[in-house]
Amino acid sequence: MTLRRLLTTGNITFVAVLLLLLALPAFSTAFFMGFVMTQTLMLGLAAATIVFLSAYGGMVSLAQLLMFGIAGFAFGNAALEAGARGLSLGWPPWVAVAFALLFTTAVAFLLGALASRTTDIYFLMLTLVYGVIGYYVFAQVVPISGPGGVTRITPPPLLATGIRLYYAALVLSALAYVAFRLIGRTPFGLALQGVRDDPVRMASLGLNVPLHRTLAFTLAGFVAGLAGLLNVWWNGQIDPASISIGPTLVLLIIAVIGGISHFEGAWLGAFVYVAASNYLRELPLVDRIGITPDRFNTIIGAIVLIIMVLSPEGLMGTFENLRGRLRRFRPPPRGGSAAHQSSVDGSRPAGREPARTAENG
Amino acid sequence: MAAGTQIGRRAPDGAPSHQRSLREHLPRVAVWAVTALGVLWVLFLAEDTPAGPAVSNPGQFLVTVLDGVTFAGLLFVVASGFTLIFGLMRTVNMAHGSLFLLAGFIAIQVQQAMVGKTRNIAPDEVTLLDWLVPLLVGASIAAVLGIVIQQAFLKWNQGQELRQALITLAISVILADQMLRQFGGLALSMVWPGEVTQFFTIFGQRYALSRLFMLAVAVVVGVLLWLWLTRTRMGMVIRAGVDDEGMVRALGINVSLVFAVTFFVGAFLAGVGGVMGASFAGAATGADGNWLLNSLVVVIIGGLGSLKGAVAGSLLYGMVIAFSPGYLPSRYTYYSVILTFVLLALVLAVRPYGLFGRAT
Repeated sequence: MTLRRLLTTGNITFVAVLLLLLALPAFSTAFFMGFVMTQTLMLGLAAATIVFLSAYGGMVSLAQLLMFGIAGFAFGNAALEAGARGLSLGWPPWVAVAFALLFTTAVAFLLGALASRTTDIYFLMLTLVYGVIGYYVFAQVVPISGPGGVTRITPPPLLATGIRLYYAALVLSALAYVAFRLIGRTPFGLALQGVRDDPVRMASLGLNVPLHRTLAFTLAGFVAGLAGLLNVWWNGQIDPASISIGPTLVLLIIAVIGGISHFEGAWLGAFVYVAASNYLRELPLVDRIGITPDRFNTIIGAIVLIIMVLSPEGLMGTFENLRGRLRRFRPPPRGGSAAHQSSVDGSRPAGREPARTAENG
Repeated sequence: MAAGTQIGRRAPDGAPSHQRSLREHLPRVAVWAVTALGVLWVLFLAEDTPAGPAVSNPGQFLVTVLDGVTFAGLLFVVASGFTLIFGLMRTVNMAHGSLFLLAGFIAIQVQQAMVGKTRNIAPDEVTLLDWLVPLLVGASIAAVLGIVIQQAFLKWNQGQELRQALITLAISVILADQMLRQFGGLALSMVWPGEVTQFFTIFGQRYALSRLFMLAVAVVVGVLLWLWLTRTRMGMVIRAGVDDEGMVRALGINVSLVFAVTFFVGAFLAGVGGVMGASFAGAATGADGNWLLNSLVVVIIGGLGSLKGAVAGSLLYGMVIAFSPGYLPSRYTYYSVILTFVLLALVLAVRPYGLFGRAT
């Protein structure tokens, strides 16, 4: 791969955004960094695992917030000293981090193996059931969730300040973004996309379809676990209610707002969601049209409804569509028609309508 | 509806059936072993549990079975609507729980208006009519809302399963928030008619007649549904549509009308279940999510789109819910929810598409 081939619009934009985010703490308020940007990166990282499973595997998972929560609970139980809520194992912070990630990955492997033979809408429902049962497990098994949640969790000393946590979230997000994109070109990623498009054909070519699905789910669980660790460090606590059905749907909504087959969309959706939840209540005119802060969910629901009705590919899909349309009016630059073609192809839903849909009826 | 379930089924892992090795038999053997162990445990071994082994405490065992069967009745009513809609249209209606809760809230309002009191309604003030009319009103409103949702949001994107699931999901978020605004966050409850609010004695245990009444309603609903699907022309078209929608369309049948009617009936069933649920356990914010989960568990166990599967799934899930609190060792009672998951895992290990389901 030569340097020249790396200079695509997408890559340049990525580096520019990354530099902007790296410099951002220098000229914005602590509130904005802590409550908007750190949360955006964290939720975006978790939502990116939904996008990963959906775009490459054709599996829309509602269990990613559960993985997020499991990692948080595992860290809280392992790291806190005696006397705190939860199991209070009192392990050194980095041992607790390793344990939390290993445990989350193991759970993801088991759940993924169980779900690996189901597809499409069945997978969506099964993972929703995972998510809700997982919530009940933490809500009912009090020794591991402490009565009313595990509180007073502190990050490892290395990440003790808010700004360091922001950079940790930024580095992890950037790594995950690049890694997810690169995986798409590895043999594993290509096989996974083959499974998405035609599992029967891939199986008859000798590929172990359930194994590929399981491994993809495991990897997604690991990354969601990373996001979950950031979340407990940022929040300082975790309670079962934070992984109940409402927040579970929120994570999917974030992925949907951004565009469920675009990795960038995960963070874009997270930004829109977090910004809306922080600032929508402060808009001057919202009271006039009968929208009070309590009705925040109605607004979020309406936004998702509108997005799904107009363009199921979310903001990124709409954006690419617009770009494609703009190019049509301009005289094509060198190789422009090819680029246009690919951008239209890119905006087509990946894995949205598998070939089998036609046979359903 | 489940006719020919075996024919269309194909294993996505594509393993040829004549090469069954020990490895492939393992899940089946494990499932039977766990099931046998469970039965053995409940019958003879369950010492140190709240209920005790069935041989030494048959009354408690019988009551638990009754609890399971009656709750399964409620599960069936709700889940049959869900599976009916999915079976014909491949639409996963994520707003099913919202329709359930909405019908419950509306029925409570209607009942309060009919009795003329808003609180502390005593069972003997409620006649059978004071229960049935709210049931019909609540369920009808849920059904009308269901058909509005179908006509406005689901008619034009038929076949895009994920998009439809997400649209109904967004609708359920909006409905949940609006119901919270309208009816508040406190639990309201519907009152069973006075005639059935009594207890009778069975094996030395008192048992509520209202639970059997709930089962009776569920059986009536189930029989009507079965008659409708097997004995009427519309039912015949629906069953044909489940198997081959394109062919039905080609024969000149107005499939859009059939879809609308099916969605109406499915939402109506959610509403009937919601009113029964509001009488059984009250209606409160959060019940919509719980009952969406319950419907999902039932249809995942039983197989999507199959009425038989809904019966089987309801019974299995109802039994697990009834037995797990009583028959786990007292120290571990709070692990009961995990048993739901074990049930799911056992079924999916041998039948990834549920007991009566088929791969699409």
